[in-house]
Amino acid sequence: MIYQDSKTLLAVRDLHASVNGTEILKGMELTVRSGEVHAIMGPNGSGKSTFAKVLAGHPAYVVTGGEVEFDGRSLFELAPEARARAGVFLGFQYPIEIPGVANSQFLRLAYNTVQAERGKDELDPLEFDDFVREKMKLLEMNPDFLGRSVNEGFSGGEKKRNEILQMALLEPKLAILDETDSGLDIDALRIVAGGVNQLSNKDNAIVLVTHYQRLLNYIAPDYVHVMEAGRIIKTGGKELALELEARGYDWVGAEAEANARASA
Amino acid sequence: MNTATGYLDGLLQGQPPASALSWLNQLRANAVDRVAALTVPTTRDEDWRFTDISPLTKFSFQPAQEAQPLAPAAIEPWAIGEAAARLVFVDGIYAPQHSFNRSGIAVENLGAGFTSHAAAVQAQLGRLAAFERNAFAALNTAFLHDGALIVVPRELALAAPVHLLFIATRKHAASYPRCLIVAEPGSKLTLVEDYVALQDEAYFTNAVTEIALGANAQVQHVRVQRDGAEAFHIANCAVSLARSSRYHAVSVALGARISRHNLGVLLAAEGAECSIDGLALIGGRQLADTHTLIDHALPQCSSRQLHKCIVDGAAHAVFNGNIMVRAGAQRTDSAQSSRNLLLSGKARVDTKPQLEIFADDVKCAHGATVGQLDVDEVFYLKSRGLSETAARNLLTYAFGAEVIERIPVASLRQRLEASVLAQTEQRP
Ligand SMILES: Nc1ncnc2c1ncn2[C@@H]1O[C@H](COP(=O)(O)OP(=O)(O)OP(=O)(O)O)[C@@H](O)[C@H]1O
Ligand SMILES: [Mg+2]
Repeated sequence: MIYQDSKTLLAVRDLHASVNGTEILKGMELTVRSGEVHAIMGPNGSGKSTFAKVLAGHPAYVVTGGEVEFDGRSLFELAPEARARAGVFLGFQYPIEIPGVANSQFLRLAYNTVQAERGKDELDPLEFDDFVREKMKLLEMNPDFLGRSVNEGFSGGEKKRNEILQMALLEPKLAILDETDSGLDIDALRIVAGGVNQLSNKDNAIVLVTHYQRLLNYIAPDYVHVMEAGRIIKTGGKELALELEARGYDWVGAEAEANARASA
Repeated sequence: MNTATGYLDGLLQGQPPASALSWLNQLRANAVDRVAALTVPTTRDEDWRFTDISPLTKFSFQPAQEAQPLAPAAIEPWAIGEAAARLVFVDGIYAPQHSFNRSGIAVENLGAGFTSHAAAVQAQLGRLAAFERNAFAALNTAFLHDGALIVVPRELALAAPVHLLFIATRKHAASYPRCLIVAEPGSKLTLVEDYVALQDEAYFTNAVTEIALGANAQVQHVRVQRDGAEAFHIANCAVSLARSSRYHAVSVALGARISRHNLGVLLAAEGAECSIDGLALIGGRQLADTHTLIDHALPQCSSRQLHKCIVDGAAHAVFNGNIMVRAGAQRTDSAQSSRNLLLSGKARVDTKPQLEIFADDVKCAHGATVGQLDVDEVFYLKSRGLSETAARNLLTYAFGAEVIERIPVASLRQRLEASVLAQTEQRP
């Protein structure tokens, strides 16, 4: 939701980034203020996940230009773990499986690390168990997932729910959810969206990367952006998502080109 | 000049006095002959290609003549609460005051077993662990005196584990632990063979373990080598399985400067099954070598093997896993996997799966991987706030935990999990 007294959480200016020597992000611009929900849409390969991973600090991506300010600090001065502790959360498009690490152990370590950073109390395994089970109820997740290895053998939808569970535990200021809706069945989509809505408040912000307008029926975006070839080429309100659903992406590209020619 | 020969002769000093049992004297004498004929292996021997044992010969090791008295509290850190029986050996010498037996079966010092279980001992001892061409097995046999004897009677299932605890206390001591385990038909046993140290100076442990499983017997064998940092640990373990028996081994090597574990499992009758899992977690200048041979001698046997090495610092791990499927061993089902994690640029692993198949109707799968920690896994953990070190430690621990989780003794499993976690956390 757009609030009058909001503050800028994320300011991305002319961001360029490469992977394996190929430039993927080519002048990305985005401003996200507290309380807002943004949706980023765009064709496959346009750089949405790259953008998300650059913000989270994945080592494979090299920032070659531009700047990003998060909550008043330069994001790139922070190591990935420091970004997480400062309140950046990436819900992965493809959550990683980690055999041998119990989900409960992982969730508790992550939770306690972030709690410590915030000067709050850490929880011992028993206390944490009660706490995490409550959070799991909200997401209608079976507690059996605590005893299993992180994401190992989880179905696509189960992995996504586990991501939102992490978001619920870590209470980030900025959550970037990369195709969290992909792979969810209809009920799961409703549950996960409900969870995200519950977590959303006037002090935090959410960036949803999605291909489907369906998610946006549940989580109403304040802005919808279209990304193509490493940049945002159009921004609109939530009606833009409906238009994209009806007409596809081609016209947006054509319009952007026409605008560029006109201003040249 | 053959210094290697001279070295073994030197080790023969301090042999136990002659026994009243002529067969025992004969067995020792045969072993002494073989020691005299053999030499310390060098890297020119195919079997020792990657393991240079020559640092051993820089020391002169002598067997301890009496057991160092230890306070009960000194043993406590290694106690296994679940154990039905425990035999403690201090520098190779049986320590009855620290041992107990509530199992109701024969768990006793081999020295006493020579007479109390003369028939079983005489029939089995030295039968499985051949010393003809193995200098270290021969040396151990030349020193036959104290050791562990376990005889599980027919159809008896002992649920609680038997703990064999070998404690090294003396600098430059040589010890020759010997274990003989006879699981009679239909019996069940869980055995923990545990090597620990109270000191960090050089010493030499040269162990031989023989395990004979009767038809339908089941043995779970946990072996923990947590010797001192400067120790030399050489072990030969030979296992033989009768019809439809099952042998499950989990071996964990954490200690010693140089260790070599030879494990030979003979699937000697139809329907026998074994699983042999191993973990070596080493760093610094450590070398841990595991050589295994699974011998599918008869049809319809199955074997499973997972061997993992975690190598840090300038350490070196060696794994040679031989699977032999003899002619006529049809319907053999065997799977072997060697997985290795290198944590530093100087760490090294030599892994060699070796399949020799002389039958045609068999299923044999094997594979080996050597890698570093996965960048995406590390990143995933860091993206949730874990530090680089915490992320790497957790992943390293998880890699090893897959083997440790298979230890069937809960208290030991938990303690080893904690010590592996601590060991991974020591790294800068
Ligand atoms: N590690 C990499 N190595 C090589 N190319 C990469 C790498 N990561 C991303 N790319 C390339 O960068 C481009 C953008 O990929 P990205 O995953 O950001 O797209 P996306 O917009 O998220 O697509 P989708 O909608 O399919 O998820 C693609 O062409 C992709 O192949
Ligand atoms: Mg993507």
